[in-house]
Amino acid sequence: MNQVLKIFRREIASYFATPVAYVFIVIFLILAGAFTFYLGGVGFYERGQADLLPFFSFHPWLYLFLVPAISMRLWAEERKSGTIELLLTLPVTMFQAVLGKFLAAWAFCAIALLLTFPIWISVNYLGDPDNGVILASYLGSLLMAGGFLAIGSCISAATRNQVVAFILTVVVCFGFLLSGIPLVLDAFRGWLPQALVDAVASLSFMTHFGAISKGVLDLRDLLFFVMVIVFWLVANAIVIDLKKAD
Amino acid sequence: MIEIKNLTKQFGTLTAVKDLTFEVPEGQVLGFLGPNGAGKSTTMKMVAGFLTPTSGSISVCGFDIETHPIEAKRAMGYLPEGAPGYGEMTPSQFLNFVADVRGLSGEHRQRRCEQVIEQLHLRNVLHQSIETLSKGFRRRVGLAQALVHDPKVLILDEPTDGLDPNQKHEVRELIAHLSKDKIVVISTHILEEVEAVCDRAIIIASGRLLADATPEELEAKSIYHNAVSLAVAELDDAVEAVSQLSDVLKVEVARESRRLIAIPRAGKSPYGAIAELSRQKGWAVDELAVERGRLDEVFRQITTGTEGVGGRT
Repeated sequence: MNQVLKIFRREIASYFATPVAYVFIVIFLILAGAFTFYLGGVGFYERGQADLLPFFSFHPWLYLFLVPAISMRLWAEERKSGTIELLLTLPVTMFQAVLGKFLAAWAFCAIALLLTFPIWISVNYLGDPDNGVILASYLGSLLMAGGFLAIGSCISAATRNQVVAFILTVVVCFGFLLSGIPLVLDAFRGWLPQALVDAVASLSFMTHFGAISKGVLDLRDLLFFVMVIVFWLVANAIVIDLKKAD
Repeated sequence: MIEIKNLTKQFGTLTAVKDLTFEVPEGQVLGFLGPNGAGKSTTMKMVAGFLTPTSGSISVCGFDIETHPIEAKRAMGYLPEGAPGYGEMTPSQFLNFVADVRGLSGEHRQRRCEQVIEQLHLRNVLHQSIETLSKGFRRRVGLAQALVHDPKVLILDEPTDGLDPNQKHEVRELIAHLSKDKIVVISTHILEEVEAVCDRAIIIASGRLLADATPEELEAKSIYHNAVSLAVAELDDAVEAVSQLSDVLKVEVARESRRLIAIPRAGKSPYGAIAELSRQKGWAVDELAVERGRLDEVFRQITTGTEGVGGRT
Protein backbone atom coordinates (compact mmCIF):
# COMPACT_ATOMS: atom_id res chain seq x y z
CA MET A 1 0.00 0.00 0.00
CA ASN A 2 2.96 2.24 0.76
CA GLN A 3 4.28 1.82 -2.77
CA VAL A 4 0.82 2.60 -4.17
CA LEU A 5 0.88 5.85 -2.24
CA LYS A 6 4.28 6.84 -3.61
CA ILE A 7 3.16 6.29 -7.19
CA PHE A 8 -0.10 8.07 -6.41
CA ARG A 9 1.76 11.13 -5.15
CA ARG A 10 3.98 11.35 -8.21
CA GLU A 11 1.02 10.98 -10.54
CA ILE A 12 -1.19 13.56 -8.91
CA ALA A 13 1.70 16.04 -8.78
CA SER A 14 2.26 15.50 -12.49
CA TYR A 15 -1.33 16.56 -13.27
CA PHE A 16 -0.73 19.88 -11.64
CA ALA A 17 2.73 20.29 -13.16
CA THR A 18 1.13 20.56 -16.60
CA PRO A 19 -1.82 22.60 -17.91
CA VAL A 20 -3.87 19.38 -18.08
CA ALA A 21 -5.26 19.80 -14.58
CA TYR A 22 -6.27 23.43 -14.94
CA VAL A 23 -7.79 23.08 -18.39
CA PHE A 24 -9.74 20.03 -17.30
CA ILE A 25 -11.07 21.54 -14.10
CA VAL A 26 -12.09 24.82 -15.72
CA ILE A 27 -13.84 23.12 -18.63
CA PHE A 28 -15.54 20.65 -16.33
CA LEU A 29 -16.87 23.40 -14.06
CA ILE A 30 -18.03 25.59 -16.95
CA LEU A 31 -19.80 22.73 -18.71
CA ALA A 32 -21.33 21.36 -15.52
CA GLY A 33 -22.69 24.83 -14.76
CA ALA A 34 -23.86 25.57 -18.29
CA PHE A 35 -25.65 22.24 -18.67
CA THR A 36 -27.39 22.63 -15.35
CA PHE A 37 -28.78 26.05 -16.08
CA TYR A 38 -29.38 26.03 -19.82
CA LEU A 39 -30.03 22.49 -21.00
CA GLY A 40 -32.51 19.85 -20.01
CA GLY A 41 -35.85 21.37 -20.92
CA VAL A 42 -36.82 22.84 -17.60
CA GLY A 43 -34.03 24.93 -16.16
CA PHE A 44 -32.57 24.83 -12.70
CA TYR A 45 -34.73 27.72 -11.45
CA GLU A 46 -37.90 27.02 -13.44
CA ARG A 47 -38.37 23.64 -11.84
CA GLY A 48 -39.09 25.38 -8.59
CA GLN A 49 -37.49 22.56 -6.65
CA ALA A 50 -34.53 22.77 -4.33
CA ASP A 51 -32.51 19.81 -5.55
CA LEU A 52 -29.52 19.10 -7.80
CA LEU A 53 -31.16 16.64 -10.19
CA PRO A 54 -30.58 18.84 -13.28
CA PHE A 55 -26.94 19.14 -12.24
CA PHE A 56 -26.30 15.43 -11.77
CA SER A 57 -28.34 14.26 -14.73
CA PHE A 58 -25.68 15.63 -17.11
CA HIS A 59 -22.73 14.05 -15.37
CA PRO A 60 -22.79 10.85 -17.44
CA TRP A 61 -22.53 12.92 -20.63
CA LEU A 62 -19.83 15.16 -19.28
CA TYR A 63 -17.81 12.18 -18.15
CA LEU A 64 -18.27 10.46 -21.48
CA PHE A 65 -15.91 12.99 -23.06
CA LEU A 66 -13.92 14.39 -20.20
CA VAL A 67 -12.90 11.21 -18.37
CA PRO A 68 -11.35 9.60 -21.48
CA ALA A 69 -9.35 12.81 -21.87
CA ILE A 70 -7.74 12.04 -18.52
CA SER A 71 -7.44 8.29 -18.89
CA MET A 72 -6.01 8.33 -22.43
CA ARG A 73 -2.56 9.39 -21.22
CA LEU A 74 -2.37 7.07 -18.20
CA TRP A 75 -0.47 4.23 -19.85
CA ALA A 76 -0.21 5.32 -23.48
CA GLU A 77 2.15 8.09 -22.46
CA GLU A 78 4.26 5.79 -20.30
CA ARG A 79 4.59 3.43 -23.24
CA LYS A 80 5.37 6.16 -25.72
CA SER A 81 8.03 7.83 -23.60
CA GLY A 82 9.48 4.52 -22.40
CA THR A 83 9.00 5.38 -18.73
CA ILE A 84 6.88 2.24 -18.39
CA GLU A 85 10.16 0.34 -18.46
CA LEU A 86 11.46 2.46 -15.64
CA LEU A 87 8.29 2.18 -13.58
CA LEU A 88 7.98 -1.58 -13.91
CA THR A 89 11.63 -2.25 -13.07
CA LEU A 90 11.29 -0.36 -9.79
CA PRO A 91 10.49 -2.64 -6.86
CA VAL A 92 6.72 -2.35 -7.31
CA THR A 93 4.25 -4.98 -8.40
CA MET A 94 2.19 -4.55 -11.51
CA PHE A 95 -0.95 -4.13 -9.47
CA GLN A 96 0.60 -1.45 -7.26
CA ALA A 97 1.51 0.51 -10.37
CA VAL A 98 -1.95 0.12 -11.93
CA LEU A 99 -3.71 1.00 -8.70
CA GLY A 100 -1.48 3.98 -7.91
CA LYS A 101 -2.02 5.53 -11.30
CA PHE A 102 -5.75 4.81 -11.29
CA LEU A 103 -6.26 6.24 -7.80
CA ALA A 104 -4.39 9.40 -8.73
CA ALA A 105 -6.62 9.93 -11.77
CA TRP A 106 -9.68 9.19 -9.67
CA ALA A 107 -8.61 11.58 -6.92
CA PHE A 108 -8.11 14.18 -9.59
CA CYS A 109 -11.71 13.67 -10.78
CA ALA A 110 -12.82 13.91 -7.17
CA ILE A 111 -11.10 17.28 -6.85
CA ALA A 112 -12.87 18.57 -9.96
CA LEU A 113 -16.16 17.24 -8.62
CA LEU A 114 -15.64 18.81 -5.19
CA LEU A 115 -15.04 22.17 -6.82
CA THR A 116 -18.66 22.19 -7.92
CA PHE A 117 -19.57 22.93 -4.28
CA PRO A 118 -20.87 26.48 -5.02
CA ILE A 119 -23.90 24.90 -6.68
CA TRP A 120 -24.58 22.97 -3.50
CA ILE A 121 -24.25 26.17 -1.44
CA SER A 122 -26.60 27.95 -3.86
CA VAL A 123 -29.31 25.37 -3.61
CA ASN A 124 -29.05 25.36 0.17
CA TYR A 125 -29.27 29.16 0.17
CA LEU A 126 -32.28 29.19 -2.11
CA GLY A 127 -34.27 26.42 -0.50
CA ASP A 128 -34.20 23.43 1.75
CA PRO A 129 -32.89 20.47 -0.28
CA ASP A 130 -32.43 16.91 0.92
CA ASN A 131 -28.68 16.94 1.53
CA GLY A 132 -28.67 13.18 1.98
CA VAL A 133 -29.79 12.74 -1.62
CA ILE A 134 -27.18 15.26 -2.78
CA LEU A 135 -24.44 13.41 -0.92
CA ALA A 136 -25.59 10.12 -2.42
CA SER A 137 -25.56 11.69 -5.86
CA TYR A 138 -22.02 12.98 -5.41
CA LEU A 139 -20.97 9.50 -4.32
CA GLY A 140 -22.72 7.92 -7.31
CA SER A 141 -21.15 10.46 -9.66
CA LEU A 142 -17.70 9.75 -8.29
CA LEU A 143 -18.19 5.99 -8.60
CA MET A 144 -19.35 6.41 -12.17
CA ALA A 145 -16.28 8.51 -12.96
CA GLY A 146 -14.19 5.70 -11.45
CA GLY A 147 -15.87 3.18 -13.74
CA PHE A 148 -15.16 5.28 -16.82
CA LEU A 149 -11.59 5.82 -15.66
CA ALA A 150 -10.93 2.12 -15.13
CA ILE A 151 -12.21 1.39 -18.65
CA GLY A 152 -10.06 4.20 -20.04
CA SER A 153 -6.99 3.09 -18.12
CA CYS A 154 -7.26 -0.42 -19.53
CA ILE A 155 -7.71 0.81 -23.08
CA SER A 156 -4.86 3.28 -22.67
CA ALA A 157 -2.59 0.36 -21.78
CA ALA A 158 -3.35 -1.29 -25.10
CA THR A 159 -1.92 1.47 -27.29
CA ARG A 160 0.82 4.04 -27.34
CA ASN A 161 -1.35 6.47 -29.25
CA GLN A 162 -3.39 8.72 -27.01
CA VAL A 163 -5.89 9.68 -29.71
CA VAL A 164 -6.71 6.04 -30.37
CA ALA A 165 -7.06 5.50 -26.63
CA PHE A 166 -9.41 8.47 -26.36
CA ILE A 167 -11.72 7.44 -29.18
CA LEU A 168 -11.90 3.77 -28.17
CA THR A 169 -12.60 4.76 -24.58
CA VAL A 170 -15.43 7.09 -25.60
CA VAL A 171 -16.99 4.31 -27.68
CA VAL A 172 -16.71 1.65 -24.97
CA CYS A 173 -17.95 4.07 -22.30
CA PHE A 174 -20.84 5.04 -24.54
CA GLY A 175 -21.75 1.36 -24.82
CA PHE A 176 -21.68 0.96 -21.04
CA LEU A 177 -23.57 4.18 -20.47
CA LEU A 178 -26.41 3.25 -22.74
CA SER A 179 -26.44 -0.51 -22.61
CA GLY A 180 -30.03 -0.29 -21.39
CA ILE A 181 -31.45 1.34 -24.54
CA PRO A 182 -32.56 -0.33 -27.79
CA LEU A 183 -29.68 1.18 -29.81
CA VAL A 184 -27.29 -1.05 -27.92
CA LEU A 185 -29.59 -3.92 -27.01
CA ASP A 186 -30.81 -4.51 -30.57
CA ALA A 187 -27.24 -5.20 -31.56
CA PHE A 188 -27.26 -8.17 -29.21
CA ARG A 189 -30.89 -9.27 -29.40
CA GLY A 190 -30.53 -11.11 -32.71
CA TRP A 191 -27.89 -13.57 -31.58
CA LEU A 192 -27.87 -13.68 -27.80
CA PRO A 193 -30.35 -15.49 -25.57
CA GLN A 194 -32.69 -13.22 -23.63
CA ALA A 195 -30.93 -13.86 -20.33
CA LEU A 196 -27.69 -12.47 -21.73
CA VAL A 197 -29.45 -9.51 -23.31
CA ASP A 198 -30.85 -8.76 -19.87
CA ALA A 199 -27.36 -9.09 -18.45
CA VAL A 200 -26.09 -6.55 -20.98
CA ALA A 201 -28.96 -4.25 -20.08
CA SER A 202 -28.07 -4.51 -16.42
CA LEU A 203 -24.57 -3.19 -17.16
CA SER A 204 -25.96 0.26 -17.91
CA PHE A 205 -24.13 2.98 -15.98
CA MET A 206 -27.14 5.21 -16.54
CA THR A 207 -29.55 2.90 -14.73
CA HIS A 208 -27.29 2.42 -11.73
CA PHE A 209 -26.30 6.06 -11.50
CA GLY A 210 -29.95 7.08 -11.90
CA ALA A 211 -30.92 4.91 -8.95
CA ILE A 212 -28.19 6.34 -6.72
CA SER A 213 -28.88 9.95 -7.68
CA LYS A 214 -32.53 9.54 -6.72
CA GLY A 215 -31.20 8.96 -3.23
CA VAL A 216 -31.82 5.23 -3.26
CA LEU A 217 -28.53 3.94 -1.87
CA ASP A 218 -28.88 0.31 -2.86
CA LEU A 219 -25.78 -1.72 -2.04
CA ARG A 220 -26.13 -3.46 -5.40
CA ASP A 221 -25.72 -0.20 -7.31
CA LEU A 222 -22.62 0.74 -5.33
CA LEU A 223 -21.25 -2.76 -5.71
CA PHE A 224 -21.89 -2.61 -9.43
CA PHE A 225 -19.49 0.30 -9.90
CA VAL A 226 -16.90 -1.23 -7.58
CA MET A 227 -17.04 -4.45 -9.60
CA VAL A 228 -16.71 -2.56 -12.87
CA ILE A 229 -13.62 -0.78 -11.52
CA VAL A 230 -12.04 -3.98 -10.21
CA PHE A 231 -12.77 -5.88 -13.40
CA TRP A 232 -11.23 -3.27 -15.69
CA LEU A 233 -8.19 -2.74 -13.48
CA VAL A 234 -7.45 -6.46 -13.47
CA ALA A 235 -7.87 -6.42 -17.24
CA ASN A 236 -5.57 -3.40 -17.28
CA ALA A 237 -2.78 -5.29 -15.51
CA ILE A 238 -3.19 -8.24 -17.88
CA VAL A 239 -3.09 -6.00 -20.95
CA ILE A 240 0.13 -4.32 -19.79
CA ASP A 241 1.70 -7.69 -19.14
CA LEU A 242 0.76 -8.96 -22.59
CA LYS A 243 1.74 -5.85 -24.51
CA LYS A 244 4.91 -4.88 -22.68
CA ALA A 245 7.15 -5.99 -25.48
CA ASP A 246 5.73 -3.88 -28.31
CA MET B 1 26.18 -12.58 -8.93
CA ILE B 2 23.97 -12.79 -11.99
CA GLU B 3 23.19 -16.25 -13.30
CA ILE B 4 21.54 -16.62 -16.67
CA LYS B 5 20.59 -20.09 -17.78
CA ASN B 6 19.31 -21.10 -21.20
CA LEU B 7 17.61 -17.77 -21.63
CA THR B 8 15.32 -17.58 -24.64
CA LYS B 9 12.91 -14.88 -25.73
CA GLN B 10 10.54 -15.17 -28.61
CA PHE B 11 8.33 -12.47 -30.09
CA GLY B 12 5.84 -14.40 -32.18
CA THR B 13 7.97 -16.26 -34.68
CA LEU B 14 11.03 -14.09 -34.12
CA THR B 15 13.62 -15.44 -31.71
CA ALA B 16 15.27 -12.39 -30.21
CA VAL B 17 17.43 -14.23 -27.70
CA LYS B 18 18.38 -17.85 -28.11
CA ASP B 19 19.61 -20.14 -25.36
CA LEU B 20 21.93 -17.69 -23.66
CA THR B 21 23.86 -18.97 -20.65
CA PHE B 22 26.43 -17.02 -18.67
CA GLU B 23 27.32 -15.83 -15.20
CA VAL B 24 28.62 -12.52 -13.99
CA PRO B 25 30.56 -12.69 -10.70
CA GLU B 26 30.84 -9.84 -8.22
CA GLY B 27 33.22 -7.05 -9.07
CA GLN B 28 33.03 -7.56 -12.81
CA VAL B 29 32.24 -4.98 -15.45
CA LEU B 30 30.71 -6.86 -18.34
CA GLY B 31 30.42 -5.31 -21.77
CA PHE B 32 27.55 -6.56 -23.85
CA LEU B 33 28.36 -6.18 -27.51
CA GLY B 34 26.50 -6.87 -30.66
CA PRO B 35 25.19 -5.26 -33.82
CA ASN B 36 21.84 -3.45 -33.67
CA GLY B 37 19.01 -5.92 -33.25
CA ALA B 38 21.31 -8.58 -31.81
CA GLY B 39 19.19 -9.01 -28.69
CA LYS B 40 21.27 -6.91 -26.29
CA SER B 41 18.43 -4.72 -25.11
CA THR B 42 16.00 -7.62 -24.97
CA THR B 43 18.40 -9.53 -22.72
CA MET B 44 18.88 -6.52 -20.47
CA LYS B 45 15.14 -5.93 -20.26
CA MET B 46 14.69 -9.50 -19.12
CA VAL B 47 17.46 -9.22 -16.53
CA ALA B 48 15.95 -5.98 -15.24
CA GLY B 49 12.61 -7.76 -14.87
CA PHE B 50 10.69 -5.82 -17.49
CA LEU B 51 10.20 -8.58 -20.03
CA THR B 52 9.37 -12.14 -19.10
CA PRO B 53 11.61 -14.80 -20.66
CA THR B 54 9.96 -17.34 -22.94
CA SER B 55 12.14 -19.96 -21.28
CA GLY B 56 15.22 -20.19 -19.14
CA SER B 57 15.98 -18.50 -15.86
CA ILE B 58 17.67 -15.40 -14.52
CA SER B 59 18.79 -14.99 -10.96
CA VAL B 60 20.18 -11.77 -9.52
CA CYS B 61 21.96 -11.89 -6.15
CA GLY B 62 20.29 -15.22 -5.52
CA PHE B 63 16.77 -14.02 -6.33
CA ASP B 64 15.01 -15.52 -9.32
CA ILE B 65 13.59 -12.63 -11.34
CA GLU B 66 10.33 -14.48 -11.96
CA THR B 67 9.61 -15.92 -8.54
CA HIS B 68 11.11 -13.08 -6.43
CA PRO B 69 10.90 -10.06 -8.71
CA ILE B 70 10.70 -7.42 -5.98
CA GLU B 71 13.83 -8.59 -4.14
CA ALA B 72 15.73 -8.92 -7.41
CA LYS B 73 14.63 -5.46 -8.58
CA ARG B 74 15.68 -3.96 -5.26
CA ALA B 75 19.22 -5.17 -5.82
CA MET B 76 19.41 -3.63 -9.29
CA GLY B 77 19.73 -0.21 -10.82
CA TYR B 78 18.59 -0.03 -14.42
CA LEU B 79 19.09 2.51 -17.14
CA PRO B 80 16.68 1.63 -19.96
CA GLU B 81 17.60 2.23 -23.59
CA GLY B 82 17.18 5.90 -24.46
CA ALA B 83 17.20 6.94 -20.78
CA PRO B 84 13.49 7.67 -20.43
CA GLY B 85 12.28 10.02 -17.71
CA TYR B 86 9.08 11.75 -16.73
CA GLY B 87 9.23 14.90 -18.85
CA GLU B 88 7.20 17.16 -16.61
CA MET B 89 9.29 16.42 -13.52
CA THR B 90 12.53 18.12 -12.61
CA PRO B 91 15.64 15.97 -12.04
CA SER B 92 15.34 16.78 -8.34
CA GLN B 93 11.72 15.55 -8.13
CA PHE B 94 12.49 12.56 -10.31
CA LEU B 95 15.45 11.40 -8.23
CA ASN B 96 13.46 11.85 -5.05
CA PHE B 97 10.61 9.82 -6.48
CA VAL B 98 12.87 6.96 -7.52
CA ALA B 99 14.73 7.04 -4.20
CA ASP B 100 11.37 7.03 -2.40
CA VAL B 101 10.05 4.01 -4.30
CA ARG B 102 13.42 2.34 -3.80
CA GLY B 103 12.77 2.61 -0.08
CA LEU B 104 15.30 5.29 0.86
CA SER B 105 14.01 7.76 3.41
CA GLY B 106 14.89 10.79 5.48
CA GLU B 107 18.47 11.88 5.72
CA HIS B 108 19.82 8.84 3.92
CA ARG B 109 17.72 9.69 0.87
CA GLN B 110 18.88 13.29 1.00
CA ARG B 111 22.49 12.21 1.16
CA ARG B 112 22.24 9.69 -1.67
CA CYS B 113 20.45 12.18 -3.93
CA GLU B 114 23.11 14.81 -3.20
CA GLN B 115 25.82 12.30 -3.96
CA VAL B 116 24.52 11.25 -7.39
CA ILE B 117 23.80 14.89 -8.25
CA GLU B 118 27.48 15.62 -7.55
CA GLN B 119 28.71 12.52 -9.37
CA LEU B 120 26.78 13.31 -12.52
CA HIS B 121 27.07 17.11 -12.39
CA LEU B 122 23.35 17.76 -12.34
CA ARG B 123 23.48 20.71 -9.96
CA ASN B 124 22.73 23.36 -12.60
CA VAL B 125 19.68 21.66 -14.07
CA LEU B 126 18.10 20.37 -10.87
CA HIS B 127 15.00 22.51 -11.14
CA GLN B 128 14.46 22.47 -14.88
CA SER B 129 11.88 20.05 -16.27
CA ILE B 130 13.43 16.93 -17.80
CA GLU B 131 11.75 17.45 -21.17
CA THR B 132 13.68 20.70 -21.65
CA LEU B 133 17.06 19.08 -20.98
CA SER B 134 19.59 18.18 -23.65
CA LYS B 135 20.18 14.55 -24.58
CA GLY B 136 23.39 14.43 -22.55
CA PHE B 137 21.72 15.71 -19.41
CA ARG B 138 18.80 13.32 -19.79
CA ARG B 139 21.21 10.43 -20.05
CA ARG B 140 22.93 11.59 -16.88
CA VAL B 141 19.62 11.94 -15.06
CA GLY B 142 18.89 8.35 -16.12
CA LEU B 143 22.24 7.23 -14.77
CA ALA B 144 21.63 9.12 -11.55
CA GLN B 145 18.33 7.33 -10.95
CA ALA B 146 19.99 3.98 -11.58
CA LEU B 147 22.70 4.78 -9.03
CA VAL B 148 20.65 6.52 -6.38
CA HIS B 149 20.07 3.51 -4.14
CA ASP B 150 23.68 2.35 -4.47
CA PRO B 151 22.68 -0.99 -5.99
CA LYS B 152 24.75 -4.15 -6.06
CA VAL B 153 23.98 -4.69 -9.71
CA LEU B 154 23.88 -2.04 -12.41
CA ILE B 155 22.29 -2.73 -15.76
CA LEU B 156 23.09 0.10 -18.15
CA ASP B 157 21.74 0.03 -21.69
CA GLU B 158 24.00 2.26 -23.78
CA PRO B 159 25.00 4.57 -20.94
CA THR B 160 27.16 6.91 -23.02
CA ASP B 161 24.96 7.24 -26.08
CA GLY B 162 24.41 10.91 -26.87
CA LEU B 163 27.13 12.21 -24.59
CA ASP B 164 29.98 14.38 -25.84
CA PRO B 165 33.55 13.01 -25.56
CA ASN B 166 34.18 14.72 -22.21
CA GLN B 167 30.97 13.39 -20.74
CA LYS B 168 31.71 9.93 -22.10
CA HIS B 169 35.04 10.05 -20.38
CA GLU B 170 33.43 11.09 -17.10
CA VAL B 171 30.82 8.35 -17.23
CA ARG B 172 33.51 5.77 -17.93
CA GLU B 173 35.51 7.06 -15.00
CA LEU B 174 32.40 6.81 -12.88
CA ILE B 175 31.77 3.21 -13.91
CA ALA B 176 35.43 2.32 -13.41
CA HIS B 177 35.39 3.76 -9.90
CA LEU B 178 32.23 2.12 -8.64
CA SER B 179 33.12 0.03 -5.67
CA LYS B 180 34.72 -3.29 -6.42
CA ASP B 181 31.97 -5.55 -5.12
CA LYS B 182 29.46 -4.35 -7.71
CA ILE B 183 28.38 -5.96 -10.92
CA VAL B 184 28.03 -3.67 -13.90
CA VAL B 185 26.57 -4.82 -17.19
CA ILE B 186 26.75 -2.27 -19.98
CA SER B 187 25.59 -2.69 -23.51
CA THR B 188 27.31 -0.66 -26.14
CA HIS B 189 28.37 -0.64 -29.72
CA ILE B 190 31.28 1.67 -28.99
CA LEU B 191 34.26 -0.63 -28.87
CA GLU B 192 36.68 1.78 -27.26
CA GLU B 193 34.31 1.76 -24.32
CA VAL B 194 34.85 -1.94 -23.85
CA GLU B 195 38.60 -1.43 -23.78
CA ALA B 196 38.22 1.48 -21.40
CA VAL B 197 35.95 0.00 -18.72
CA CYS B 198 35.15 -3.68 -19.20
CA ASP B 199 36.82 -6.68 -17.60
CA ARG B 200 35.00 -8.97 -19.90
CA ALA B 201 33.09 -8.77 -23.15
CA ILE B 202 30.27 -10.86 -24.48
CA ILE B 203 29.45 -10.60 -28.14
CA ILE B 204 26.04 -11.66 -29.33
CA ALA B 205 24.41 -11.55 -32.73
CA SER B 206 20.95 -12.76 -33.76
CA GLY B 207 20.33 -13.59 -30.11
CA ARG B 208 23.18 -16.07 -29.80
CA LEU B 209 26.35 -15.87 -27.78
CA LEU B 210 29.32 -15.74 -30.16
CA ALA B 211 32.21 -14.81 -27.93
CA ASP B 212 32.89 -14.46 -24.23
CA ALA B 213 36.35 -13.23 -23.37
CA THR B 214 38.39 -10.39 -21.90
CA PRO B 215 38.99 -7.42 -24.20
CA GLU B 216 42.66 -8.50 -24.40
CA GLU B 217 41.73 -12.00 -25.49
CA LEU B 218 39.45 -10.54 -28.13
CA GLU B 219 42.21 -8.28 -29.35
CA ALA B 220 44.45 -11.32 -29.62
CA LYS B 221 42.02 -12.76 -32.14
CA SER B 222 42.57 -9.77 -34.38
CA ILE B 223 44.74 -10.19 -37.45
CA TYR B 224 46.31 -6.94 -36.28
CA HIS B 225 47.39 -8.54 -33.01
CA ASN B 226 51.20 -8.06 -32.85
CA ALA B 227 51.12 -6.27 -36.20
CA VAL B 228 53.93 -3.77 -36.60
CA SER B 229 53.31 -0.26 -37.74
CA LEU B 230 56.35 1.40 -39.34
CA ALA B 231 56.54 5.01 -40.49
CA VAL B 232 59.57 5.50 -42.62
CA ALA B 233 60.92 7.87 -45.31
CA GLU B 234 61.99 5.09 -47.71
CA LEU B 235 58.50 3.61 -47.86
CA ASP B 236 58.76 1.66 -51.12
CA ASP B 237 62.02 -0.02 -50.12
CA ALA B 238 60.59 -0.88 -46.75
CA VAL B 239 57.42 -2.42 -48.20
CA GLU B 240 59.54 -4.52 -50.51
CA ALA B 241 61.88 -5.72 -47.76
CA VAL B 242 59.30 -6.29 -45.00
CA SER B 243 57.12 -8.38 -47.32
CA GLN B 244 60.02 -10.81 -47.68
CA LEU B 245 60.17 -11.54 -43.92
CA SER B 246 58.98 -15.03 -43.00
CA ASP B 247 56.79 -13.92 -40.06
CA VAL B 248 54.91 -11.37 -42.15
CA LEU B 249 51.67 -12.47 -43.80
CA LYS B 250 51.06 -9.29 -45.76
CA VAL B 251 51.78 -5.61 -45.72
CA GLU B 252 49.24 -2.78 -45.80
CA VAL B 253 50.38 0.60 -46.99
CA ALA B 254 49.07 4.05 -46.09
CA ARG B 255 50.92 6.41 -48.44
CA GLU B 256 49.65 9.73 -47.14
CA SER B 257 51.06 9.04 -43.68
CA ARG B 258 54.14 7.25 -45.14
CA ARG B 259 53.36 4.24 -43.06
CA LEU B 260 53.17 0.49 -43.53
CA ILE B 261 51.49 -2.09 -41.37
CA ALA B 262 52.97 -5.57 -41.34
CA ILE B 263 50.35 -8.17 -40.48
CA PRO B 264 51.98 -11.21 -38.90
CA ARG B 265 51.34 -14.87 -39.61
CA ALA B 266 49.23 -16.48 -36.90
CA GLY B 267 51.07 -16.61 -33.60
CA LYS B 268 54.16 -14.76 -34.87
CA SER B 269 55.55 -11.42 -33.78
CA PRO B 270 57.67 -9.72 -36.45
CA TYR B 271 58.67 -6.67 -34.39
CA GLY B 272 62.23 -7.80 -33.71
CA ALA B 273 62.88 -8.75 -37.31
CA ILE B 274 61.56 -5.45 -38.63
CA ALA B 275 63.55 -3.43 -36.10
CA GLU B 276 66.68 -5.33 -37.08
CA LEU B 277 65.95 -4.84 -40.78
CA SER B 278 65.52 -1.09 -40.50
CA ARG B 279 68.78 -0.76 -38.60
CA GLN B 280 70.66 -2.79 -41.20
CA LYS B 281 69.25 -0.74 -44.07
CA GLY B 282 69.73 2.52 -42.26
CA TRP B 283 66.17 3.78 -42.89
CA ALA B 284 65.03 7.05 -41.38
CA VAL B 285 62.40 5.62 -39.04
CA ASP B 286 59.81 8.05 -37.61
CA GLU B 287 57.85 5.48 -35.71
CA LEU B 288 57.94 1.78 -35.04
CA ALA B 289 55.19 0.28 -32.90
CA VAL B 290 53.41 -2.98 -32.12
CA GLU B 291 49.61 -3.04 -32.34
CA ARG B 292 47.58 -4.83 -29.69
CA GLY B 293 44.83 -5.73 -32.07
CA ARG B 294 41.70 -4.03 -33.27
CA LEU B 295 38.44 -4.78 -31.53
CA ASP B 296 36.32 -3.37 -34.33
CA GLU B 297 37.89 -5.77 -36.77
CA VAL B 298 37.41 -8.72 -34.37
CA PHE B 299 33.85 -7.60 -33.82
CA ARG B 300 33.15 -7.58 -37.55
CA GLN B 301 34.87 -10.90 -38.02
CA ILE B 302 32.83 -12.52 -35.24
CA THR B 303 29.43 -11.01 -35.95
CA THR B 304 29.51 -11.45 -39.70
CA GLY B 305 31.20 -14.86 -39.66
CA THR B 306 29.04 -17.93 -39.77
CA GLU B 307 30.34 -19.72 -36.73
CA GLY B 308 31.19 -18.53 -33.27
CA VAL B 309 34.69 -18.12 -31.94
CA GLY B 310 35.19 -20.24 -28.87
CA GLY B 311 35.98 -18.13 -25.86
CA ARG B 312 36.59 -18.83 -22.26
CA THR B 313 33.78 -20.46 -20.38
